[in-house]
Amino acid sequence: MATLSPTSFTKNFNSSVDFPITSFQTFAIFGPKLKTEQTHFRLSTSFNVRTGSCLELKAMKEPPGLTQKLDKNRLDGLTESENGCDLFQDLKHRFLRFKKHKFEENLGHFQNLAEGQAPKFMIIACADSRVCPSVILGFQPGEAFMVRNVANLVPPFESGPSETNAALEFAVNSLKVENILVIGHSRCGGIRALMSMQDEVDSSFIRSWVIVGKNARLNTKSAASHLGFDQQCRHCEKESVDHSLLNLLTYPWIEQKVAKGELSVHGGYYDFVDCTFEKWTLDYKGSNLGKNSRLPVKNRFYWC
Amino acid sequence: MGSLEEAIEGLKKFLSNKDDVAVAQIEKLITGLQETDPNEFDPVKRILEGFQHFKINKFDKHPELYEKLAEGQWPKFLVFACSDSRVCPSHILNFQPGEAFMVRNIANMVPAFDKLKYSGVGAAIEYAVSVLEVQNILVIGHSRCGGIKRLMTHPEDNSAPFDFIDEWVKIGLPAKVKVQAEFGDLPLEDQCKHCEKESVKLSLCHLETYPYVQMGLANKKLRLMGGYYDFVHGKFELLEFEPRFHHLFST
Repeated sequence: MATLSPTSFTKNFNSSVDFPITSFQTFAIFGPKLKTEQTHFRLSTSFNVRTGSCLELKAMKEPPGLTQKLDKNRLDGLTESENGCDLFQDLKHRFLRFKKHKFEENLGHFQNLAEGQAPKFMIIACADSRVCPSVILGFQPGEAFMVRNVANLVPPFESGPSETNAALEFAVNSLKVENILVIGHSRCGGIRALMSMQDEVDSSFIRSWVIVGKNARLNTKSAASHLGFDQQCRHCEKESVDHSLLNLLTYPWIEQKVAKGELSVHGGYYDFVDCTFEKWTLDYKGSNLGKNSRLPVKNRFYWC
Repeated sequence: MGSLEEAIEGLKKFLSNKDDVAVAQIEKLITGLQETDPNEFDPVKRILEGFQHFKINKFDKHPELYEKLAEGQWPKFLVFACSDSRVCPSHILNFQPGEAFMVRNIANMVPAFDKLKYSGVGAAIEYAVSVLEVQNILVIGHSRCGGIKRLMTHPEDNSAPFDFIDEWVKIGLPAKVKVQAEFGDLPLEDQCKHCEKESVKLSLCHLETYPYVQMGLANKKLRLMGGYYDFVHGKFELLEFEPRFHHLFST
């Protein structure tokens, strides 16, 4: 299968065209063929979008044998797409149940929410399918602005723009949330990947991302090296939450609000093996927060 | 003014002409009343109540499910949804624990493959597709998205820049350009609605630039879908994205 990347795409087709790169990519991706599907946005109905444009142009350079093989695969795949209709029907029914039992029964509330959101929490949680904060902490629509990424990591300010700090900027400076809660969890695959990383060069995305938690790994290795690997991972899961809390304070606009008492920063840990939840709050007194010191906390609770 | 505030104000007036002992006692009373204001939001109490509700009504009621989930996860979906507090897919599509590996970011965007700039999104896609082997990727956009509005209005509105937000929503620029070209005569609100949907389609195209997604599509093991949740009218739209080759000629 030929690989596709935006860079090679523009190299092939940009030579004689006087467009700024951005608009050329627009035409290439959203070419005339896409317009035929504009009318096909229907409620809860599945249909096939013939987008082909990006791949079609590339296909001109492919040998015919490859496209024939793909056509055969397409025929073989038809029965699969029929079963796929069950999937779409399932999603449709799930939404209609939400609409009937939640949306319409609380119409006034949802109408208010439609005008604007004023959540009191910003949550940073892992993307793991087992730890959605709406489920485990019962956050209802409107209550929590939520970021979910691999291993619930918060990169520091100096690492530059990212999806996580864009969300932080919006939640803190625009929505003006009063609480940030970073929730770690048991048996986290991302933390396990962080703890398993070897020193040799590994080009995976996962490594490039979880390296954000490298200080948590270092602290864990020095404090818990006598423990088995699973226990070390557990230690790192909590250590990483603390490091994320420290990284939150590297954002000047977060530290200012925390110092003024307008924003509270909390850590949490959900253990889905025992079904327990730990929660602690950063005890901010500016001078106490050094790079190597333990995170000062208060109001530590353990619920089981 | 509520009765609590009236009580506190009354006590404060009392303070002015009392001796030190009485003052200390009255101040303590005021502090206690202020701390027990029933209208004051207690985040810790909110989290505890939420967790207790989950434990009693879900975890303890389905021990076999949660025992299995403790050993691993086998979600069928990778979902990209907006961080907006109103659009959690666990509510609107009732995803239960174990069903959906879920990424949430501003404006539910998926950037094109770029290891240097977007390792967070890349890590989630790599993990979900290569390790967890999800069968479906679903990108869900929604109405009145603040991130899309920012994309559509800045920098033309001459507002002060947001360092991180603006850098992030730039991913959606091709969608903005397309919408302005086709619907530039419509009011901003309508253009934003078009862009919310166009941005989902753009994200689906971007997903294709990830090698593991390409392999999954080629092997018919992966499907890509786009959704749109309209919380103004209580509607949901779903479409499937099927990139395919059209045989154009052979010589």
